[in-house]
Amino acid sequence: MTDAAGSYAVTLRNLERRFGEFVAVNRISLDVRQGEIFGFLGPNGAGKSTTIRMLCGLLEPSSGEGTVAGLDIRTQREEIKRRIGYMSQKFSLYDDLTVEENIDFFSGIYRVPREKKAARKDWVLDMANLQEHRHTRTGLLPAGWKQRLSLGCALLHEPRILFLDEPTSGVDPLSRRTFWDLIYEMASQGVTVFVTTHYMEEAEYCDRLALIYRGELVALGTPSDMKGSLMADQVLSVSCERPHEALGVAAGLEGVRDAALFGRDIHLMTEDAGDLAPRLRQVLEARGFQVGTMEPITPSLEDVFVSLIEARDRADGSQQEFKA
Amino acid sequence: METLRTQALTRRFGDLVALDQLTLAVEEGEIFGLVGPDGAGKTTTMRLLTGILEPSSGEAWVDGLHTVRETEAIKDRIGYMSQRFGLYPDLTVQENIDFYADLYEVPKAGRGERMERLLAFSNLTPFRRRQAGNLSGGMKQKLGLACALIHTPRVLFLDEPTNGVDPVSRRDFWRILYQLQQERVTIFVSTAYLDEAERCNRIGLLHQGRLMACDTVDGVKGLLRGALLELRCEAPRPAARLLREAAIGSVALFGDRLHVLVEDEARGRQAVEAALRAGGIALRELRTIEPSLEDVFTSALPGGSA
Repeated sequence: MTDAAGSYAVTLRNLERRFGEFVAVNRISLDVRQGEIFGFLGPNGAGKSTTIRMLCGLLEPSSGEGTVAGLDIRTQREEIKRRIGYMSQKFSLYDDLTVEENIDFFSGIYRVPREKKAARKDWVLDMANLQEHRHTRTGLLPAGWKQRLSLGCALLHEPRILFLDEPTSGVDPLSRRTFWDLIYEMASQGVTVFVTTHYMEEAEYCDRLALIYRGELVALGTPSDMKGSLMADQVLSVSCERPHEALGVAAGLEGVRDAALFGRDIHLMTEDAGDLAPRLRQVLEARGFQVGTMEPITPSLEDVFVSLIEARDRADGSQQEFKA
Repeated sequence: METLRTQALTRRFGDLVALDQLTLAVEEGEIFGLVGPDGAGKTTTMRLLTGILEPSSGEAWVDGLHTVRETEAIKDRIGYMSQRFGLYPDLTVQENIDFYADLYEVPKAGRGERMERLLAFSNLTPFRRRQAGNLSGGMKQKLGLACALIHTPRVLFLDEPTNGVDPVSRRDFWRILYQLQQERVTIFVSTAYLDEAERCNRIGLLHQGRLMACDTVDGVKGLLRGALLELRCEAPRPAARLLREAAIGSVALFGDRLHVLVEDEARGRQAVEAALRAGGIALRELRTIEPSLEDVFTSALPGGSA
């Protein structure tokens, strides 16, 4: 697999991990290009962390193959651990150390060569825009600054691939944008970024997304692909008086997969919005509702996520019936 | 009818003004979202409104009761799910609810019926005998909500209720909130996530202790002046650099798309097309879109901590 490993930062072929009878990761295959920002999404228990742990060299696969930064995830796990960066909200900085002390500490952990230490520290302070705050206690920094420092620390040893676990959770949108501008900068220098998150606001920033569910890869594509060609359902947004009651009526109509309130509007997931809209208007008006606008909208990533997962549930459900 | 009102509500911790002169009113049956990053003052507001913390100055009323003078009476009228909501991991789902029923002195008569309703409503009936420690994140959240509702409160305070919960469970959780709204329960929810904020009837944007804007979601979106263009093109990152250098408007990169906020739609479109053509970058799609709250937050509000 050396050829593929050259141009790709991550290659997975039928990667599988079982725990006893339970298949946590079920034959996942995918490639992540060098310099790509790749989002890895899925509900809790879908197999996300198990996959990440295999990619980071912390867990051995049961079967299948994979490389990270050109290294074999089965035989070169120690080497992988030294070559990757990892940043998570849960695993982060020491609040009672100063900015500089945190950098020194992580420099030690990541075994940054002595002759490079000063230069790397400077690089982190510049990148995170913290030169003037090097002696500030980390706990006193605003959340967005801490996140930048945390990012800098994860990059001290110049990894070629960076794993981010819900990186900007709890940060204001302006700081988030600053953070992602840094990530784009890293990526354009060839660093590959692998992001896991529950927050679709973060997912929107990725070049490409994978959705995994019940250990399987359910969808793979750019955020635009996800909202377009990969989204089987359409979303019809309906504004209507007494939306709670109207929701109940709409949810019972044929062809409505899912109905949810969104502020004052109703969002309906359906295979064919063009077919549904006139029927719905008729039914609602017959029951005395004043119906306002009805228009198909671009689904949000959350709509896509929910729709794909429910489609998979339906498919599995019918399969089970078939087996029975 | 107003269920909640604050008047110049302020709380200081030493030199830090955690909440600065908050004045707002929330109607009965409304879902009001307090939106802001960590450290903006959301939790402080929650604690002031639930009578856990006293204000440094200003006043607040919840369901007609004063938060300082009538604290005890308020506790019967409100449900509060804090970020560290205490579930007992070694008690079962049912035992946890029962525990909160005792705590809130819910009369034994009628308690069974209430419990059944809450279990059904939170889809926890099949798991009633499961230990809370063995529930998934989303299920724990729903159990927390059921516990906060056992005494039939009129006002529900939820402090970042879906933190760390996946989108499917989050949608489920909101479905429950909308059902509560139908029963005229007033819901005051805080969140750091703008996609979650879009689900509220009205939102207040809190930044460094101050209320920056307070309106319906559409109203807040109306604060954005100009037109928002979304474009897809080859080489989005170089394109972003190009457009920033050309100073056509405020440019934000989202993976394979760019958002450009321009003053005038027609002129903005022309400028974008011209700049990309000059840079030799092929434009695949250019359209005007409705802004999201995130677009508003990053473009229309004064600079944050970044």
